[in-house]
Amino acid sequence: MYLYDTHDQAMVDARVTEFTDQVARRLAGTLTEEQFRPLRLKNGLYLQLHAYMLRVAIPYGTLNARQMHMLGDIADRYDRGYAHFTTRQNIQYNWIKLDQSPALLADLATVGMHAIQTSGNCIRNTTADHFAGAAADEIADPRPYAELLRQWSTFHPEFDYLPRKFKVAIIGSDIDRAAMKLHDIGIQVVNDPAGQIALRVYVGGGMGRTPMIAPVIREFLPPLQMISYLEAALRVYNRYGRRDNKYKARIKILVHEIGADEYRRQVEEEFAHILTLGLEPPPAEFARIAAQFADPAFDPAAPDAIDLSDPDFAVWVAQNVHAHKAPGYAIVTISLKPVGGIPGDASADQIRLMAAIAQEHSFDELRVTHAQNIVLPHVKKADLYAIWQQLDAAGLATANLDLIGDIIACPGLDYCSLANARSIPLAQKISERFADGDRQRNLRELKLKISGCINACGHHHAGHIGILGVDRKGVENYQLLLGGCEGADTSIGTITGPGFSEDGVVDAIERATNVYLDRREGDERFVDTFRRVGMAPFKDAIYG
Amino acid sequence: MSAERIKILTGNDLFSGDVTWWTGHDWSRHVDHAVPLGDDAAAIVAREEAAQRVVSAYVIDATHDGTSVRPAHIKDRVRALGPTVRLDLSLHPDDPQAAAQIV
Repeated sequence: MYLYDTHDQAMVDARVTEFTDQVARRLAGTLTEEQFRPLRLKNGLYLQLHAYMLRVAIPYGTLNARQMHMLGDIADRYDRGYAHFTTRQNIQYNWIKLDQSPALLADLATVGMHAIQTSGNCIRNTTADHFAGAAADEIADPRPYAELLRQWSTFHPEFDYLPRKFKVAIIGSDIDRAAMKLHDIGIQVVNDPAGQIALRVYVGGGMGRTPMIAPVIREFLPPLQMISYLEAALRVYNRYGRRDNKYKARIKILVHEIGADEYRRQVEEEFAHILTLGLEPPPAEFARIAAQFADPAFDPAAPDAIDLSDPDFAVWVAQNVHAHKAPGYAIVTISLKPVGGIPGDASADQIRLMAAIAQEHSFDELRVTHAQNIVLPHVKKADLYAIWQQLDAAGLATANLDLIGDIIACPGLDYCSLANARSIPLAQKISERFADGDRQRNLRELKLKISGCINACGHHHAGHIGILGVDRKGVENYQLLLGGCEGADTSIGTITGPGFSEDGVVDAIERATNVYLDRREGDERFVDTFRRVGMAPFKDAIYG
Repeated sequence: MSAERIKILTGNDLFSGDVTWWTGHDWSRHVDHAVPLGDDAAAIVAREEAAQRVVSAYVIDATHDGTSVRPAHIKDRVRALGPTVRLDLSLHPDDPQAAAQIV
């Protein structure tokens, strides 16, 4: 994985020094809150319901054991012994003291991490396929491009005050594990008709108040023109994106209003100009970056067989272990969704344990998934049982990946000042209602996603079953959506009808799953059956 | 006794970010210490923010039954308690019914 060079480190260290001074001036009273607020937000420090919250960037969800270990130590040192992995592959701390925040950022900087551009109307942390560089189905590793995007977008002066925040996701497989089409820009590494690596560029997707699936704006882009093309795509947005209404300021609204063809025309015109400026990094620089993502030294003699005689272990392997591109290796996903637990939360000890396992068994690498789980990307199959035993002892071996218990949930009204309703207690109730593992597996892949407000941090539009918490005259109410999907067959969920109380929505979900069990054919998933039979039978059962 | 409808002042402590409530002369973490405001809320906010004792202060509706103060909106009731899913980190870690009282 990419390690900071002296330029990267100098930038982060300088920012820590700058922020330390800003905090000191705020505490001394020479900066007002109005002056200080944008400065702290530039460093990922929000003021939430109960305390300051710090959002730390994890570039394309990739980190090494030393970084992960530090995240655990920070949870102990500056927070209350836990942290929350987010749907943007980042991590959040909920109980940060302002006067301690510079020291926290200084500790982060020692492991090449920061909280820059985790807030504000700028290009946020680029997200990526969490199986990048390991997946058996990969066309090419997207991480070198993601790293190039990180370097390009960090402190980009032209795009520091965009009309609205801007999110980019990149994948390297036909299977979309990053909800790529639901981002402002989605990039897919593909083969062009000549069999050469190219980038397919989608622009104008998003969730939030107005969910949209991004159209393809460029079918095949030469990879080493990526920076120029994105420069053009953002320049058109920066010039014409609406600044008069924050609810219409995302790029999806611009692309929708002028149309994909006109947006494409304007981008291509700008792109032709930018290509003359020589903005692209030299090929040698890209090669330097790419070399840092070379495969680790896989053992060619690693055995392929797994002893599955322990039935609990066998269930976990079947559910949470994926095919790796190297024989004898596997990809492990650690579920942060124990029955009745808080989705995405992990204790400091659990974080450090995952770091230690990665160091010993996964070539020093971990990934954070947008589904709020943790991936060990390169694990010898022969080590799986020992890893599972360690995880199990720490409450980290729940075998529910992509099942109904693997719920995405935003922090909701328990922590977030924007939320209208609580997400986590609802996730806990659903998790407990469907606690039985056999029952979950019988429901097959079923992605359930909960947001506590219309901003959709919990990706409710993309859930096979989605839930949106709303405020109805001061009372929490939950809208139910069916039929969303985030993969290659991306779709936006449809609201079933009137909303429910917290208990009511759990009952409604159970009735919906019963319709699926009654009506499914062959290998259909919940969302497949919904698409085939439509809303009517589900609505009949839900509202009876 | 029927609950009295009042307006109270809340904000966050500058240093810790803790939720705080105006007691008439100082700030408390406990909503039950909040007192009804007079007509001088804006002046209190201006003075207290300038003195670095509070940030993001605002006035909310609440009710007072003689012993306890209940914010009118659920968001402020959550602020008054702490996260309902981590009562161990809330102001009432020993009260298993605390979360239910939010609703």
